[in-house]
Amino acid sequence: MARKETPEIDAGSMADIAFLLLIFFLVTTTMDVDSGIPVKLTEKQEENVDKPIVKERNVFEVSINSRDELLVEGDEMSIEELTEAAIKFIDNGGGLGKKGDNGEDGTSCDYCAGEKDEASSDHPNKAVIIIESSRGTSFGMYVSVRNELLKSYRILRNIASTNLPETGGRSYDQLLLDYKNSNKKDEDTEVLIKKVKGMYPQLLSDVDPQK
Amino acid sequence: MAKFSKKKKGLPKINTSALPDIVFMLLFFFMVTTVMRQNDLLIKTPKLPNATEVKKLEHKSLVSTIFVGKARDKDKKYGGGDLIQLNDKIATDRDIANFILNERTKHNEEEVPYMTTSIKADIKTSIGTIVDIKEALVEVNALKLSFSTRKSGEENK
Repeated sequence: MARKETPEIDAGSMADIAFLLLIFFLVTTTMDVDSGIPVKLTEKQEENVDKPIVKERNVFEVSINSRDELLVEGDEMSIEELTEAAIKFIDNGGGLGKKGDNGEDGTSCDYCAGEKDEASSDHPNKAVIIIESSRGTSFGMYVSVRNELLKSYRILRNIASTNLPETGGRSYDQLLLDYKNSNKKDEDTEVLIKKVKGMYPQLLSDVDPQK
Repeated sequence: MAKFSKKKKGLPKINTSALPDIVFMLLFFFMVTTVMRQNDLLIKTPKLPNATEVKKLEHKSLVSTIFVGKARDKDKKYGGGDLIQLNDKIATDRDIANFILNERTKHNEEEVPYMTTSIKADIKTSIGTIVDIKEALVEVNALKLSFSTRKSGEENK
């Protein structure tokens, strides 16, 4: 009975050590999510496919030259003015929209707030924006231009969504957020998002420089 | 009174000997799930452009990344042009098709349409290089593309 048993090792501080390590890993782990500007490329086209004819008034041409200067519809412009110009063009609503699936005539844009200028676009679903770049254009400039154009679509969609009675005054951003928060299960919101998207479809197209 | 004071002696000590086990379990979980894969960049770290209209790339495993930028100062052999890095090698636009096809073999067939290519390019890269990459991607029908950007400022609503 005289022999003492080996004293138990105190494991109380073990937790502290483990916690320290845990916190280290928690802090150093950068769960950084890659984010970027989404682009959908068009499929490779056959050589001799008829290109759809688009009236010139429905095309908004943005050219960037190799010195990163901007030419919008033939006029020089700074990038700060681009969003406004694009909104003006898309939201013009000067004519009838695209023909329906069954060939019925398109309707005029009743939600557009533009000037209904004869020389500008007919309808948001016809208004195409073309980005023309040269090989020497910098990637940064190209992304900024694309960003500005995407911004103008977003602004228009926000306005349209707020004005729609079904959304209850929610903006397009809010709709997207609500949809995401419902784990993509909220079907009503999904329908609304589709609707707003349909009002202002993104018709962005690139003209790539030739080799 | 005697009974009362006995009670006051305190609550029984909570046995915390299992606590380290729990914490270690958490620790191992984090250690295992953390992907510390930092693609060794063979080019100068690209300075990404700023943008506001960004979308998050979900499902990291479905993203293949292409880096574009200039050579590092110490690598004189590559000259001053734009370089493309795929995985851990400097490559050309002709290798991109192979790279994409290779990425596809890692996934199920039904996941292939959701695969996204993320281009991490320096702001000073010329569009010519990007166009070459785009053409190579169209060639193999990898149509979902994302230009990686940094988010500038907060979203203005």
